[in-house]
Amino acid sequence: MSSSVLTARNLSKHYGTGDARFDALRGIDLDIREGESVAIVGKSGSGKSTLMHILALLDSPSSGELEIVGQNAKALKGRALNTLRNATFGFVFQQFFLNSHATVLENVILPLKIARLGSRERKAKALETLALVELTEKASSKAMDLSGGQKQRVVIARALVGDPRIIFADEPTGNLDSATGAVIENLLFSLNRDRGITLVIVTHDDDLAARADRRIYLKDGRLVGEGDLKSQASPATTPNGATLA
Amino acid sequence: MRTTDIVTTAIGNSFRSRLRTTLTVLAIFIGAFTLTTTNALGTGVNEYIDTQITSIGAPDVMNVSKPTLASGADDGPAPYDPDAGSEIDTNAGPPGTTVLALSDADIDEIRGVDGITDAQPLVSVRPDFVEWQDNGRFQLSISPFSAGVTLDLAAGSGFDQSSAKFEIVLPTSYVDTLGFATETAAVGESVQIGVTDAVGEQHLIDATVVGIQNPTLVGTGASTNTALTTALFDAQRTGLPEQSTTDYTSATARFDADASDEEIQAIKDRLSDAGFAGTTVADQIGTFQSVVDGIILVLNAFAVIALIAAGFGIINTLLMSVQERTREIGLMKAMGMSGARIFALFSTEAVFIGFLGSAIGAGVAIAVGSVVSSVLAEGFLSGLAGLQILTFAPASIASVFALVMGIAFLASTLPASRAARQSPIDSLRYE
Repeated sequence: MSSSVLTARNLSKHYGTGDARFDALRGIDLDIREGESVAIVGKSGSGKSTLMHILALLDSPSSGELEIVGQNAKALKGRALNTLRNATFGFVFQQFFLNSHATVLENVILPLKIARLGSRERKAKALETLALVELTEKASSKAMDLSGGQKQRVVIARALVGDPRIIFADEPTGNLDSATGAVIENLLFSLNRDRGITLVIVTHDDDLAARADRRIYLKDGRLVGEGDLKSQASPATTPNGATLA
Repeated sequence: MRTTDIVTTAIGNSFRSRLRTTLTVLAIFIGAFTLTTTNALGTGVNEYIDTQITSIGAPDVMNVSKPTLASGADDGPAPYDPDAGSEIDTNAGPPGTTVLALSDADIDEIRGVDGITDAQPLVSVRPDFVEWQDNGRFQLSISPFSAGVTLDLAAGSGFDQSSAKFEIVLPTSYVDTLGFATETAAVGESVQIGVTDAVGEQHLIDATVVGIQNPTLVGTGASTNTALTTALFDAQRTGLPEQSTTDYTSATARFDADASDEEIQAIKDRLSDAGFAGTTVADQIGTFQSVVDGIILVLNAFAVIALIAAGFGIINTLLMSVQERTREIGLMKAMGMSGARIFALFSTEAVFIGFLGSAIGAGVAIAVGSVVSSVLAEGFLSGLAGLQILTFAPASIASVFALVMGIAFLASTLPASRAARQSPIDSLRYE
């Protein structure tokens, strides 16, 4: 919990010019430490998704500095950028982005395929990861035949299979009912706690945000407040928070 | 992604939307089928002409004639030359083309040209009939290509030019007509040839059948050895004034059989300097081949147009595919897949669709073409023995595959580069 995996200094992002100029982010300073769980909270249009995209190197800032695991984001290009994305990040999206015609196993294997792992090795690893999210028996089902909660577990398995250091989750429970959502929450926080994976969650759900070690509030592209575990009561860090329903 | 993964993923993707892929493959199929068939037609006809060339002409023989000086339409008639021979109608060139008759002195001059080993006047023999054992008399024409010809024989061994015996090779069509049981049975039999001279007297000459010849492109004439030709010619010109007996339309000149194309050209040039024109058999038949090649080229052009149209079909298919898979592309990029690999993924899909189209097109063309070709060879084209009108050469089929897959790759570059350039974040935005 000491070294910084993500450091942002005065990050700004704007779209368009002149009258049409829209500032999505205005001077964000941020440090996220290894193994931390951070919730980026804000309403629609607050810039929280833009911030996550920039932190995850999916988008580039208009100005400001960003360091990821000790590397300057601007200097990362081509192969180095792709390797970093593949090996360091895992993504969980609200809309699952699963290939619905492919099997669950094939969906989970995709990042390993991109990483050029051998077919036997990647299958073993994907099955291992599927066991972790308790979907072993669904490995050969088509993704479209799964329920919402099962799909999100597949997405988590896909994010997890490459042993990432950081998982970015964009409204991970947004499309799920509260019971299923709780299962997904528990799964994500247990990965954070048991495996030391840094978790960055973007949400407007206060209950979900409350379970994170730290909350960052965004409004109109600015940081308007931070809260961490010590200063605020957290309802969701029970010892058995990791159990899967 | 590894290359094998790219290929298997691309193949899998092409089957994701089956109807669309099928329709695109169908468009390519039409082009590939046409191209394979027209290529096969070209190969078939040209191969036939090639065998004809080897069967008709010895490579060491050329036909020498004395062309009239070209007079253009505006030049008026050429001045009279008392030393020139009379003009003779010839089958070569457009109707009405005449050549100057060759005299014995001309033949001697041709013999003297460097590179020519021997020259013989080409005599025109017009026998009246041929008959075997009172089975009826039938018209006979003697092929003017006699000298130096290698014959494509169905039976027998062919004749000996140096033999003093009278020998004849008959076309297959004479076997039944003259009353022989089989082609082989005809060989060794003696036939009677009738020829009428200038004063109307008919001479009968006996000749031995030494071979039965397959029909050729240049007609179904019989061939005779030098001894028989001379005998027939002598009989035919009995009673003619001396002058007209030594007028020949052309001469057959021999040269070194190992002569290269350049050396043959040099001989032609020297003949041309002396006022003669030399044409080898390959020259004469080669004209057929360039006409055939020209026709095939036009047919191929139509097939390629069909393929280009199919190429636009591929562009369309892939653009829709890229559109549909926007999210998937964005996701793969977010997961660290490079633009180059995304490009490879889509272009491989196009090349695979091209491969499917050309495989089915070539396969169906070969299946249909082989049947059609053998049906035609038995029926409509049975007069041209040995002609397989559609001949499928592996090299030309391979080139159809290469061309189609090349067009497919080119067609894929637009959609594939669009996919490769897609920014992951634009693809994944859903708000």
